[in-house]
Amino acid sequence: MLRVLAGADVAVISIRSVLFSFVIALLVICITSEESQAAVLQPDRIDVLYHSYDGGGMKIDGPAILLRKKTSETFAVSAYYYVDSISSASVDVMSTASPYTEKRKEAQLGLEYLHEKTLMDISVRQSAESDYLAKSINLNISQDTFGDLTNLSLGLAYSDNEVKRNGDEFFNEQSQQYRLRAGISQILTRNLSMNLNFEAVADEGYLNNPYRSVRYIDNTQPSGVGYQSEVYPNTRNSFASKISASYYLPYRAALFVHYRYFSDSWQIDATDVEVSYRHPIADVFEIELKVRHYQQTQASFYSDLFAYQDAQNYLARDKELSEFDDLTVGVGFTYFVPQKYSFGDLRSEASLQWDYIKFDYKNFRDPTAGDVVGTEPLYGFSANVIRIFYSLYF
Amino acid sequence: MSKIIKLILLRILLCCCVVSVTGCASINIEPWVKPYERQNLADPIMSNNRHPIANMHIAHVYEARESSRGAEGTGGGGCGCN
Repeated sequence: MLRVLAGADVAVISIRSVLFSFVIALLVICITSEESQAAVLQPDRIDVLYHSYDGGGMKIDGPAILLRKKTSETFAVSAYYYVDSISSASVDVMSTASPYTEKRKEAQLGLEYLHEKTLMDISVRQSAESDYLAKSINLNISQDTFGDLTNLSLGLAYSDNEVKRNGDEFFNEQSQQYRLRAGISQILTRNLSMNLNFEAVADEGYLNNPYRSVRYIDNTQPSGVGYQSEVYPNTRNSFASKISASYYLPYRAALFVHYRYFSDSWQIDATDVEVSYRHPIADVFEIELKVRHYQQTQASFYSDLFAYQDAQNYLARDKELSEFDDLTVGVGFTYFVPQKYSFGDLRSEASLQWDYIKFDYKNFRDPTAGDVVGTEPLYGFSANVIRIFYSLYF
Repeated sequence: MSKIIKLILLRILLCCCVVSVTGCASINIEPWVKPYERQNLADPIMSNNRHPIANMHIAHVYEARESSRGAEGTGGGGCGCN
């Protein structure tokens, strides 16, 4: 418990540190920066996407659409709509429940305002499932400075979530999430730029999955195993830092690298590193290759098999809270559609991206394997993630 | 690495950010990459957010399957996944 509190304190202090430092930086910049050429808003575009995730007994697919339109030189609006059609027969569902299907619909509306070198945006978002409703508001501000070599950004988000349980009309829980993010982007040479990003996230309320159970040794059962509901703490504080670099190669190609470190008050430490490479082919194609590795430690209250019922105050057997690593290899192709074949003679692109992700769990066993409880093989699975999308600039 | 050391390193890093940005203005360090030297960095091939709708999707996939969250640099505001 003391360790959990210590982690929470660090996250709270970190939030204060980030906020304090960047507010001072933004204030000083606003006072000292000289007026020069103003920034511009991103071009108008519409993206239509089909996405698919298939792995570990879960199939998720659906459409998404993103629209961005400038209404003047200083204002832009955006709208995003996304659908997940989920068919789940994952390992934890198969061990304690039945396969299910459901839909998640997400909608976002955003407004951007550009004043000289300061860009502000606000967006509202809603994500709805039959048993989960999330509403959030997101604010960001960024400022170009130092001859536009440096960009500072600061963001805040608040989310209010309502958790229900299908088949239990009396179950109704709430949770809230607060996010504070800050970033600095710096041009270092004519070919190299770097970014530092920080984000603190604080959750409070009901953070469990209301369906998931933990298992414990129970010799009174013929199977030797008993099940009880998970119990999570009512708070979670986390802090993530990311450093990334983009490098322009002399033959017109791009190399991207990032490293992220994550830590939270549930004693989960995680790192991920990604390298990607983008290369044009014959002026009409672009290929992108990606490798990413992720690893995390387990939450302090996670166990694959507890020694007895109510073994501790907090109980979890969510494989996403266990120790594991995953490796992603990805490839993407973009075709620059000739204007004469494009919609309305406008510039457009058609893209296909495929990611293969392999997950290996270090202390989550496969209870469907049928071995003696606690000696089943460790679980692992792979997933194929596909995105097909069309982008039109107007 | 203990939490306290990480916290101290974080504060040093943030102080460096503040000093580097604000100090540059006060001691007249000139921007060393001129606007006309930035055509490579401005090339669309260098854009981190070249495909925003795809970035939003992959960020959602990772946030649903991994405990790590935040600092993606893509905005967002919660997974919405249960």
